[in-house]
Amino acid sequence: MELALSPEDAAFRDEVRAFIAGNYPAEMRVPNPETDLSKEQMLLWHRILHKKGWIAPLWPKEYGGPGWSITRRFIFEQETTRAGTLPPLAFSVTMVGPVIYTFGNEAQKKKFLPRILSGEDWWCQGYSEPGSGSDLATVRTKAVRDGDHYIVNGHKTWTTLAQHADWIFCLVRTDPTAKPQSGISFVLIDMKSPGVTVRPIITIDGSHEVNDVFLENVRVPVENLIGEENKGWTYAKFLLGNERTSMAGIGRSTRYIERLKKIVKAEIPEDDPAHLEFVRDIARVELDVLALEATELRVVAQMARGIDPGPAASLFKIRGTEIFQNITELTHRATGNYGLAIREHPVSANHFMPGPDYGHTASEKYLNSRKLSIYGGSNEIQRNIIAKAVLGL
Amino acid sequence: MDIQFTEEQELLRSSVQRLLRNQYDFDARRKIVASEDGLSRKQWGAFAEFGLLAAPFSEDVGGLGGGPLSTMIIMQEFGRHLVVEPFMETVVLAGGLIAQAGSDAQKRGFIPDIIAGTKIWALAWAEKGSRFDLAAVTTTARRDGGDYVLSGEKAAVIAAPWADYLIVSARISSSRDDRGGVSLFVVDRRAANLHLQSFKTIDGRRAAEVSLNNARGQLLGREGEGVAALEACRDRAIGALCAEAVGAIGELNSATLDYSKTRKQFGTTIGSFQVLQHRMVDMFIAHQEALSLMQHLNLSISAGEAGVSRLASGAKSKIGYAGKFVADQAVQLHGGMGMTDELNIGHYFKRISSINIQFGDPAYHLLRYARLDTAA
Repeated sequence: MELALSPEDAAFRDEVRAFIAGNYPAEMRVPNPETDLSKEQMLLWHRILHKKGWIAPLWPKEYGGPGWSITRRFIFEQETTRAGTLPPLAFSVTMVGPVIYTFGNEAQKKKFLPRILSGEDWWCQGYSEPGSGSDLATVRTKAVRDGDHYIVNGHKTWTTLAQHADWIFCLVRTDPTAKPQSGISFVLIDMKSPGVTVRPIITIDGSHEVNDVFLENVRVPVENLIGEENKGWTYAKFLLGNERTSMAGIGRSTRYIERLKKIVKAEIPEDDPAHLEFVRDIARVELDVLALEATELRVVAQMARGIDPGPAASLFKIRGTEIFQNITELTHRATGNYGLAIREHPVSANHFMPGPDYGHTASEKYLNSRKLSIYGGSNEIQRNIIAKAVLGL
Repeated sequence: MDIQFTEEQELLRSSVQRLLRNQYDFDARRKIVASEDGLSRKQWGAFAEFGLLAAPFSEDVGGLGGGPLSTMIIMQEFGRHLVVEPFMETVVLAGGLIAQAGSDAQKRGFIPDIIAGTKIWALAWAEKGSRFDLAAVTTTARRDGGDYVLSGEKAAVIAAPWADYLIVSARISSSRDDRGGVSLFVVDRRAANLHLQSFKTIDGRRAAEVSLNNARGQLLGREGEGVAALEACRDRAIGALCAEAVGAIGELNSATLDYSKTRKQFGTTIGSFQVLQHRMVDMFIAHQEALSLMQHLNLSISAGEAGVSRLASGAKSKIGYAGKFVADQAVQLHGGMGMTDELNIGHYFKRISSINIQFGDPAYHLLRYARLDTAA
């Protein structure tokens, strides 16, 4: 299914497609890019896109964006995900960048935006805390003013790829007496500051993606406060809106379905009754993707005409994550007895992994994708949002 | 259909519970899984000492005569503690096959060492591409003097790296899929021309790809009766795996319920949200049904009832789906914590995922259940 494109947009799509084919680094094509690449390797594609001027589709032209229409932004997203490219770090480009150019002052824009675009700074997100998961407004990390600094104390968790990060954007409580949402500020903290400690959290797939970040008497210059003190909740919500836009994951799901089909073809003979079961299950999930894709295209077309999509992002998040969980589960099931095996992390050629190559990441993907219905606002929270904002309940 | 357990059975349950409570908490298990060997020989010795390895065997081979119901009791408790030692492989699979099909000399030769905890066994039935079909065997066996020599590749053999002996299915004659051509063989794991490539499983166990290149073995049971023996063995294995799954499901439910009563979000415990209450009610129902069906299956196995194989498939499917539902929701309701290696929830999730692969997934057994009905 495709958007009806003008000749100019169709030419743009072809250009994007050709650019990916000609420039995506071969060494980034590993079994599982999220866990198997070094920081430098992850940044290869980022730097290529930066050189081309395509690193930040969302950003206005004056800050270094390409100045694309909504349609072109969507085309770019579609082509890059269909081709299985590793997206540039969302915490930098999609999350903190827009907060800085929307709410930051001139000095902050000048200091941080170019380094985000070039990939020089790696950002991580200091939102969640042990006591505040889906309920972010209960943030307890404290920032106390001391001259021209804040002294920050607290414990952030689920911090993705903090082990690589140069900077962390944090929600901190600056007014403990105010109502939960009104006493929060948005500050930028240099990860090299004394008092910042990163501790790995190993997840059930054995990989190290997330971390605890401990902040002990960290001195943060007041100039690193974004916008106004105690107005951080507004900026945080703005950022979460961006976090949830691209969670439909059509390109990724489509690629994984194609792979699933190949695995089923190789593993299960057509006269095995299980074959028919898989054919049905795959068809069902393909229709799920088709319906979600149609919804996405409808929303994009509406947005291009200036219509506010409302909480469509919640719908995309719910269905996109459910679909992908289903696909990874079917893939794991299709690998049969070899679904018992799992790669050891950190990945090394010294570890023996049995069975055909196509099954080697099936277990870890299956396990890892359980997080999708939890993070970024759990799917229960997303349903609450739709119940309230759309259905008026 | 509630089972009235005998005094002996209650005693067995409470002694397993006491043993595991004292020696097999989650930290102890974590250390065992992370160790070089990946199992604790000391624990295995304790299982022998407590009579667990003797429990299901009949008295005439030195067992305690507890049968499948004692296996059920032990496995349910093992499921609650995520025990990784190969009770299933050694006692239920290999021990069961030897007791069922072995000659008197083989029973006398092998079972006492199993009971004493001095020998560990594994069962090598699967092959690349065999999926869950016990008869899809391409490994060959050729008679050579009083012995046989075996050649072929066996896939994903759980506990093989720990084992002293393997039971291997191999084909003496005719083509792949022909039931009558398959026999079972006992092969010394350290035999010449037998090679292992070991790997870790998702649930913290060890398994191996086994290649045999003219490795010597002795026939177990009669020529050509391998598939029938494996089918009966699978029924018993399913009874044990279902008991283990029910143990794990019960633990997941009580941990999730406790968590929902203490974890606060939006100013209240998450257990006060109706959507989560209903979810946990469904988890409770899934556990109750799984428990009932599992007991029903093991009673039928114990009584040697006709049609037990169909019931085994039905239970494997139904309890498999129940386990998957509960495990999914336990992770979901624990939020990010459920995703961590640190908390036990994810480890129950992985054990249930693994149970759902062993001897056939829930979809496979659903179909088998349906087809055996048509055949009747």
